[in-house]
Amino acid sequence: MRTSRCLFGAIAAGSFLAAAAAQAERGSDGHVSIIYWQAPSILNPYLSGGTKDLESSSLVIEPLGRHDANGNLVAWLAESVPTVANGGVSEDLTSITWKLREGLVWSDGSPLTSEDVVFTADYCMHPQGGCAQLSNFDSVQSVEAIDDLTIQITFDVPKPYPYSVFVGAQSPVLQRSQFQDCLGARAPECTEQNFNPIGTGPFRVVEFRPNDVITMEANPNYRDPDKPAFATLTFKGGGDAAAAGRAVLETGEFDYAWNLQLAPDVLQNMQNAGKGTVVSAFGTLVERLMVNLTDPNPELGDERATPKHPHPFLTDRNVRQALSMAVDRDLLVEIGYGQAGKATCNVVPAPEIYASTANDGCLVQDIEAANRLLDDAGWVRGADGVREKDGVRLSILYQTSTNAVRQDFQALIKQWWSEIGIESELRNISASVFFGSDPGSPDTFQKFFADIEMYANNFEGADPETYLGNWKCNENPRPETQWQGGNMPRFCSEEYDSMLADMAKTGDINERARLGKAMNDMLMQEFVIIPLVHRGRVSAHSNTLGGVDLNTWDSELWNVADWHRVK
Amino acid sequence: MFHYTVRRLLYAIPTLLLISLILFLLLDLAPGDPTAQLPLTIPPDVKERIRASLGLGEPIHIRYLLWLQQFFVNESLHLISELTGWDISGDRQRVISWQTRSPVVDIVIQRLPQTLWVVGLSYVVGIAIALPIGIISAYRQYSWFDQVGTFVSMVGFSVPTFFTGVLLIVIFSVHLGWLPSIYDTTHVVTDWNSFLFQIRQLLMPVFVLALFNAAQISRFMRASMLDNLNLDYVRTARSKGLAERAVILVHVLRNSMIPVVTVIALGVPSVFGGAIITEQIFKVNGLGQLLIIAIEASDIPMVQTLSFIFAILIVLFNLIADVIYGILDPRIRYD
Amino acid sequence: MTDIEAFSAPPRSHWNDVWHQFRTHKGALAGSIFFALVLLGVSLGPLIWTIDPQFIDIRARNSGVSLAHPLGTDQLGRDTLARIMAGGRTSVAVGLTAMLLSLLLGTAVGVVAGFFRRMDGPLMRATDLFLALPLLPLLLVIILLFRDALRAAFGPETGIFILIVFVIGITSWMQAARIVRADVLALKEREFVLAARSIGTPSWRLITRHILPNVLSPIMVSATLGIATAIITESALSFLGLGFPSDFPTWGRLLFDSTDYLQQYPERVIWPGLAISLTVLSVNYIGDGLRDALDPRIRAK
Repeated sequence: MRTSRCLFGAIAAGSFLAAAAAQAERGSDGHVSIIYWQAPSILNPYLSGGTKDLESSSLVIEPLGRHDANGNLVAWLAESVPTVANGGVSEDLTSITWKLREGLVWSDGSPLTSEDVVFTADYCMHPQGGCAQLSNFDSVQSVEAIDDLTIQITFDVPKPYPYSVFVGAQSPVLQRSQFQDCLGARAPECTEQNFNPIGTGPFRVVEFRPNDVITMEANPNYRDPDKPAFATLTFKGGGDAAAAGRAVLETGEFDYAWNLQLAPDVLQNMQNAGKGTVVSAFGTLVERLMVNLTDPNPELGDERATPKHPHPFLTDRNVRQALSMAVDRDLLVEIGYGQAGKATCNVVPAPEIYASTANDGCLVQDIEAANRLLDDAGWVRGADGVREKDGVRLSILYQTSTNAVRQDFQALIKQWWSEIGIESELRNISASVFFGSDPGSPDTFQKFFADIEMYANNFEGADPETYLGNWKCNENPRPETQWQGGNMPRFCSEEYDSMLADMAKTGDINERARLGKAMNDMLMQEFVIIPLVHRGRVSAHSNTLGGVDLNTWDSELWNVADWHRVK
Repeated sequence: MFHYTVRRLLYAIPTLLLISLILFLLLDLAPGDPTAQLPLTIPPDVKERIRASLGLGEPIHIRYLLWLQQFFVNESLHLISELTGWDISGDRQRVISWQTRSPVVDIVIQRLPQTLWVVGLSYVVGIAIALPIGIISAYRQYSWFDQVGTFVSMVGFSVPTFFTGVLLIVIFSVHLGWLPSIYDTTHVVTDWNSFLFQIRQLLMPVFVLALFNAAQISRFMRASMLDNLNLDYVRTARSKGLAERAVILVHVLRNSMIPVVTVIALGVPSVFGGAIITEQIFKVNGLGQLLIIAIEASDIPMVQTLSFIFAILIVLFNLIADVIYGILDPRIRYD
Repeated sequence: MTDIEAFSAPPRSHWNDVWHQFRTHKGALAGSIFFALVLLGVSLGPLIWTIDPQFIDIRARNSGVSLAHPLGTDQLGRDTLARIMAGGRTSVAVGLTAMLLSLLLGTAVGVVAGFFRRMDGPLMRATDLFLALPLLPLLLVIILLFRDALRAAFGPETGIFILIVFVIGITSWMQAARIVRADVLALKEREFVLAARSIGTPSWRLITRHILPNVLSPIMVSATLGIATAIITESALSFLGLGFPSDFPTWGRLLFDSTDYLQQYPERVIWPGLAISLTVLSVNYIGDGLRDALDPRIRAK
């Protein structure tokens, strides 16, 4: 009796282990908890572009295709990724045809059809809707349902890269029957729909508390009958990065923490507690300095920081180059980002084919050479050690948003610049003002009423064309455009603009890469943008949570259906 | 006193309207943009459309009048329909938050339980500790009790909660593992065990806030008691043979309460305002966190409504304080 | 009428009495000595300990207590001792001036509202208004309107100093005003005030001779609490980007920055925390001593 029970137990345990490794049953792993230190406000990404909202909604609603952790395009709700080769994209690059997988159902049991996809496009493109993802639908002429499972999207210009619509967490499919009364001006009134969207994803919403916590449970109609492994899920928001890291790495209260922007030694210390693992991955985010080529002097009134008044000394390329040479990028990485950062000399650091190697000289700090450069250019040190020429002092107002790492960077860079005879005054501005576009505020990053500013930016997906378009001549923020526009340095070059126009007409990936690199190199060699750190995403998961595959090209929670408990 | 109260209540209406107007102008003037938190990959023209869809294109007086109507008329009608079940609010637009696109008042109501649990409870605990400490400290001035009390309350007040909160978490959650570092707002008390859990998750935030409140109130209590302990009427009361306990707790205490009542009344509205830093540290996500997130996101309807509810409470509790002065010291007359 | 006796005595001996009583208060004496040391330390200290508080010695970062750095260094290798001294200069200056401004404003509003019935309504409604204004947007507006003008007129540092003192003063006087008013309301119905009034004492004399001395203790308490609040508020302001530049050390900021390093380098939190607490504590004892010394009833004992 005794032996047989032991034997039986051993067999049971063995088979149980095998089951856990091969395929767990849906809901067999109990509960998983996720903490984001920014709390989601809404579960409809079309009404909010915030990362917290996109990623939380990606647990519930899904797009036709998305990028995997390596940045490759993969089919999601669609059967396959349409290309010119498989006939899904027309030869003239003006239309793309997606085919849905067969048998997909919403979490309420009704079938997903091409009508839902067409409706979603109408929903976002409605002129009064205020859709946050409208730019993804740029130059879309029509979205039509060919049959129940086939959708054809037609563009009014050739689109060499047609994968912005319905690809990624920012462009998921909404259920038509749920949202049909929410078009246009009525979109914001649909609280119930926006908080509890019906989706095809692995989870469905039980309760949504805006800016606080979301409770979810496994979607009973999810397409893979064995997934997700977790029966319930809590998505908590709020606090700060340190607290979120502590909850996963030190106290083990949570299983997954998002975006832990903490000093590397603080993070390392947390990981030493042995409860969890820090993971990181790189996308296209670059922390950079923008150099103002126009004069921000307040005495100029309305013409302040406009191309009518060139900057008194930053228009000298030697000065800009010296600013870049004085910076020790490796040390910045070590201080601020650790394993989540890499020194970079490019504003387009990835993907591989777009990453230039022509500028890598900047990786080595060279204070001496910078000093020589300024000496040769005629900038002479005055009595207080600050260089001057023709009564112009090299004195810089250096602004950025409030953030502990950025303030450390400011202090370090200020010191390096003082070593080459350039003095600087630091200013930090609350992020909601700095990144806001309030034309009434003098402190926005677009107005750029300073000499140098620092922030990070990236592009979505794997194609940099729109991103490079930021530095077109007419993109410079100015009073006539209510200070809108992405060209913070007020850079202007005909050659650059013509390369950009060429890129818009080019479909061949290698030729696009050549143009992209050439534009990147031009910006770098003019030193109007001084890249500092290629920043990765750092997150942490508990040691008992398996299946995490950090994805910076899409929602971090993209493969939550595969997450499971490690026993 | 009754006439005075009625008159003050009537005066409160124009006062509050004026406050609401100034609030609105202030929020409009403050730099900030509801689309500031969107990723930079969203182009400016899309952001401009989002702002237009929020009604930001309208002139300011239109937006103010619209808010007045939404808050006073539509929200009241909605409240009545909710309470009575009659459908009189119909399709009227309520005050809608720009971040969540949902009615502001509903979110406020959702946040009340955790705010009252944490901030309210800590205020009550703070007062309950502060009054006896203040009284004893004054009665036994410069005794060891007074010295320790002074030291603890000064340290408690001058060390900010962003530090004490993190210190407690590091000790009790990280090293000892006794208490949760993250407040579970979805927790419902149903039985003894869930009640114990609620107590455990309340302990740290309530302690941090109660220490801060108690420090402040006990200092005022002590100072005010000291002022009164040396007055002639105390000597008179003692010489008439009144018990010491009665002299202190009835006569001195009553006369010393005026500044303390003022401080307590000033603090009650801030219970509703939440405790921004403490809520942030323990992830309580109460009204304080709601306000700060709304300010950061330039969610003007939310900030305006929260600040206005706050203003109503301030006006109300300052009135209550004034009435209590009259009860504590019948010589005070307002008319 | 002890008050009248006390104040009718010749001024010279009056202040002698006050000083005499103050000296017998051990806490007050210790507090004054400590506070004087703090003032000396932050004003003369940087002349002796000459390391620039903003100088980054990156190789020496996160170092512990040593001869070169008696209190260690921070995450960028800046000397903690130099930063504590430089920070103290700003924090103590901001704390004291902001506290004085808010007390002056609060006491003035409180006395006028409590004493002159006609002023009570408007002043108290204005107080309600200021209490109701949300702090953050108000600060943003003040900065928006005045920062550049002050910066142009007084230079970046003095300009910001004036702005911060003004901001803290203007947003923290309401509590003092309400408390003083409440006390004045009760005081002006007391026998000695009625008596003084009945012999025709003019209002301002009533206020300075009879009212103010009797509302001194809540004012003293507000003053001590006010310094602590001002020091902490200043750090919150610079965190929001509304205060001094980020490389400009202040006690509140040092404490805030080091909270993340609480587990690895606890000493980094202790120094600024101790500096704030002890300064506030010493001001509190000075306040206690002053109050006792100025109270003729205690002095008579």
